Amino acid sequence: MAMTVHVDIVSAEGNIYSGLAAMVYAPGEMGELGIAPRHTALLTRLQPGEVRVEKANGEMEHFYVSGGLLEVQPHVVTVLADTALRARDLDEAAALKAKQRAEEALSGQVAEFEYASAQKELAQALLQLRAIEKLRRAQGR
Amino acid sequence: MAGAKEIRSQIASIKSTQKITKAMEMVAASKMRRSQERREASRPYADRILQVISHLAHASPEYKHSFLLERPRKRVGYIVISSDRGLCGGLNINLFRKVLHKIQEDQREEIEPIFATIGTKASVFFKRFQGRILAQANQLGDVPHLEDLIGLTKVMLDAYQAEEIDALYLAFNEFVNTMTQKPTLYQMVPIRSETIDAVRHRWDYIYEPDAKSILDTLLNRYIESLIYQAVVENGACEQAARMVAMKAATDNASTLIDELQLVYNKARQAAITQEISEIVSGAAAV
Repeated sequence: MAMTVHVDIVSAEGNIYSGLAAMVYAPGEMGELGIAPRHTALLTRLQPGEVRVEKANGEMEHFYVSGGLLEVQPHVVTVLADTALRARDLDEAAALKAKQRAEEALSGQVAEFEYASAQKELAQALLQLRAIEKLRRAQGR
Repeated sequence: MAGAKEIRSQIASIKSTQKITKAMEMVAASKMRRSQERREASRPYADRILQVISHLAHASPEYKHSFLLERPRKRVGYIVISSDRGLCGGLNINLFRKVLHKIQEDQREEIEPIFATIGTKASVFFKRFQGRILAQANQLGDVPHLEDLIGLTKVMLDAYQAEEIDALYLAFNEFVNTMTQKPTLYQMVPIRSETIDAVRHRWDYIYEPDAKSILDTLLNRYIESLIYQAVVENGACEQAARMVAMKAATDNASTLIDELQLVYNKARQAAITQEISEIVSGAAAV
């Protein structure tokens, strides 16, 4: 029987894959990695790309990861996959957005809880418009 | 007979309210089950990442990441997780009260609070409280995604690294069981040493590119996963609390209907009796 290694692919939102493999291929930060059973302990970051798991019967499983970490121990390979596409500038943009939302809420213009008063104003404006329309029609005659 | 008619329409309106609360109860029950599953699904990732962090922290003791170091506190950050919608009993208020209690304690030592809020209820509350809100994430929906939390997490962790805050707490409701949700305040950063003291190995990894940058990434991911887990857990709590609240409302509606039904029967009976006695006395007079 071929030697196998246990593979777990997990993300923060759930388990993606768990099973035995004869070989695992992953896009490491310093280059593509092929990991056979009894590989020495290794820890590396992953680049966005494809993780391939070759099962004992030669079947291939493909997983797309948008980054994350790869942890290798002689009998266990763990892929801690990121769920989202991560890049420094993308994170920065997300951070800015979260800040912006807080500022907007504090200046009190877009906030959810002003909804009621906004609705009232809208109703008033609609009534005014309707009144104006009526007046116009009356003049038109 | 006017009384009877009013009571009848009142009963009808309570009945339709009861139908709504009953439906909400059932919806909450099924959503609760799914949130619990999501909570379970997020466990392996956090456990695994924590194991690797503990290993790294012990393997390279000369490198102390700022997330692992205590420093004197002048400002403390709070990430408060709440629901977006109401009708879930005292869930949010109990949590806010717990946070306020801690803030009051801190104020005696002149520590200033800074907030990041997740969920509409928290942002409304802490805005009114006149707190400094650095970031917020609202309307995450029933299926929260990690992507929606990245920005908020980064703002708070950057603030920690820039020494704008000296500790970061996470406030959320812990799911004990359907009837009990425990408001919890958890110190995320600096990471408590007992959290990472568990494992010791004699071997070491090969690091690509190097241990420090990997530890940085790991710590960030760990904190993100903690926040994500808390959001999911709080979601399960929200549904459980709503389920209980709606069940109580449905029961209350039933009692109300029963009581009104009695009053209605009496009024109807009285009207009939009166009518009969009028007819009888009319007949006697003729």
